[in-house]
Amino acid sequence: MNEPLIQGRAHVYGDNVDTDAIIAGKYTKTLDAKSLARHVLEDLDPEFSRIVQPGDILVAGINFGCGSSREQAPLALKTAGVAAVAARSFARIFFRNAINIGLPVFELPLADIAAGDVLRIDLTSGKIENITRRALYQAAALPPVMTAILEAGGLVAYLRMHGDYSII
Amino acid sequence: MGQTVAEKIISAHADRPVTAGEFVVARVDAAMASDTTAPMAIRAFASMGGRKVWDPSRTVFVIDHAAPAPNERIANLHNLMRDFSRRQNCRLFEAGSGICHQLMIEHEIARPGSLVIGADSHTCTYGAVGAMGIGVGSTDLAAVLLTGKIWLRVPQSIRIVVDGALCPGVRSKDMILSVLRRTGIAGATYMAMEFNGNAVERLSLSERMTLANMTIEAGAKTGFVLPRGLRLPEDPAQILPDPDAIYTETLRLDGAAILPMVSPPHSPDQGVPVTQAAGIRIHYAFIGTCANGRLEDLQAAARILKGARVHPQTRLIIGPASRQVFLDALRDGTVEALTAAGAVFIPPGCGPCVGTHNGVPGDMENVISTGNRNFKGRMGNPLSSIYLASPETVAASAMQGCIADPRTFALEREPA
Ligand code: SF4
Repeated sequence: MNEPLIQGRAHVYGDNVDTDAIIAGKYTKTLDAKSLARHVLEDLDPEFSRIVQPGDILVAGINFGCGSSREQAPLALKTAGVAAVAARSFARIFFRNAINIGLPVFELPLADIAAGDVLRIDLTSGKIENITRRALYQAAALPPVMTAILEAGGLVAYLRMHGDYSII
Repeated sequence: MGQTVAEKIISAHADRPVTAGEFVVARVDAAMASDTTAPMAIRAFASMGGRKVWDPSRTVFVIDHAAPAPNERIANLHNLMRDFSRRQNCRLFEAGSGICHQLMIEHEIARPGSLVIGADSHTCTYGAVGAMGIGVGSTDLAAVLLTGKIWLRVPQSIRIVVDGALCPGVRSKDMILSVLRRTGIAGATYMAMEFNGNAVERLSLSERMTLANMTIEAGAKTGFVLPRGLRLPEDPAQILPDPDAIYTETLRLDGAAILPMVSPPHSPDQGVPVTQAAGIRIHYAFIGTCANGRLEDLQAAARILKGARVHPQTRLIIGPASRQVFLDALRDGTVEALTAAGAVFIPPGCGPCVGTHNGVPGDMENVISTGNRNFKGRMGNPLSSIYLASPETVAASAMQGCIADPRTFALEREPA
C-alpha cells in the first residue's frame, strides 16, 4: 500500500524526457534495480543519482517517459528514491509502467514549481501543495482501474490479491 | 455508429461493441517479450503467483536486443529466458533468429485482426498486417501471461491520407519522417494512427512495416496501415474502418511532394529534406533495425553500393532484421555486393540500435542510421549524434562520407 501523503523536494526538468535519458539501453539488461538507480537520468543530469533523496518528487514538462517500453525507467526512478512524478503529460507506456510498479504519477497542468521547492502530494485526491510557495495545484484524476492498481501497491500486488482483473 | 480499425479489433476481443474512450478488459491473441523485458516479466509473473502461463503456444520470447550475449550478466538473463521457455513450453526465438517484430510477422504470429501485446514499444509494427500491436512494460506483460487478458482504454484515431505516387529514391521512411514532422513526438499520444491513400496502397509489406513501426515515435498506442493493396488470407472487412468512423483529425500529405528526409539529433520528429543536411560528415552508417533492416532495404543499399566503395573515413555496419532476411540476401548476391563494398555484417538482431554492443559510436561521431530513434545516448554514447534516414540515403551517405541525397544515384523505384 502506498502512503496517502508524500512530501519531498522537487527536481525540475523540461519536455520530452525520454526513456533513454531516464535509463540508457546499455544499463537495462539486469534484474538488479540498484544498478539501475546508479545510472538514473545520467545523460540528462549526471548529478541526479548523487543528490536525490528518498521522498523527492520529479517535476517535468510534456511527454515525460517517451520512447521505449522499458519498465526499468520508472523502476530506476523509484529505486533511486523518487516518490512521485508530476508532469504536464506522460508517454502512454511509461504512465502504465509507473502505476504498475507502484510509482505514483500525476498529470499536472503548468505550475510554478522550481527546483528545491518542497511539495506535499495527497495521493488519493491528487492535490499538490507547494509548501515553499504556498500554492495549491490539482492533478488530473486517474482512471478507476489505475487507482485500484496503485492502491494495491502495483499490478503484481493487485493480481496476487485478485488473481484476475476485476475492475471493469 | 461507424467504427475505426482500433474500435473494431478491440470490440472483437472484448466481446461487445466499444467506442473510443471506454475502458475494457480484452482477450489477447499473443504475447511477446524480448531479452530487455522478458526477465523482469518472468520475475513479475512468479511474484503474481503465476505457475503456468495462460497459453504457451501464444507466448513468445525473443533473444534479440543483446544477442549473442556480450557479457556474462546478459548471458545469464538469456538462460533465464531459455529455462522458463523450456519449463513452460513457450515459443523461444534464439539469438541470431532476428528482431522480435520481424519474427512476429514473418512467422505469422501477428495476424490480421488479432490483438498482440508485446513488451516492446515497437509492437505497433504489426499494424502493417492489420494486427493491433500494443507495446507495454514487463509487469503488464506478466499479467497477460497470467490471465491472457489486458485492460485497455479504447484509443481515439488519427487518419493519415497520402495520395500521389512517391518519387524515385523516396521510401516509406521518408513518408513517416514527414508525418512525424507534422505530428511531433507526442502528437498521437494515447491514439491509434490509420494510414490510407493511394501512395500507401502501393507500398510493399516491408515498407508498410516501417510506417506502422514509427507510429510510436508520435506517441501512438498503435498504428494501422489499411490492407488495401496487400494480399491477405483473411477477409479484410474486419480490419477496414467503417466509412462513417470518427477521427479526431485527418492529416493529408501529397505523396509526390515527399522528399528524402533526414531527422537530425536528438529526436525523430525533426526531419528536414536531405538537401538541408547534405554535406554533414558521417563517421558511421548503420543499416538495420525493425524499421528498415529487411531484404528490400539491403537490396536498395546494394543498388547504390554495388561496384563502389564505402568512404575510407566511414564505416558501414549492417544488421539484417532476421535470419530469413540474411539468407535471402545471401542467395541473391546482396550480401556479397555490400561486403565487397566494405560493409560489415553483424548477426540478425537489434545490434547497435539500442547501444548494447556490435557498433557503439565514439565521442563526437556522427551516425546515420535506418533506425527509428535518435535520442541522445540511444546507440550507447551520449556524445555521439544520430541522424535517421532511409536505407537509400544511408547507403549514399556511407559512400560519400557525408550526408548525401540518394536521388543523385538516379534510382528507379521497383514496381510494387
Ligand atoms: S531494432 Fe531497435 S527499435 Fe527495433 S526492437 Fe530492436 S532495439 Fe527496438
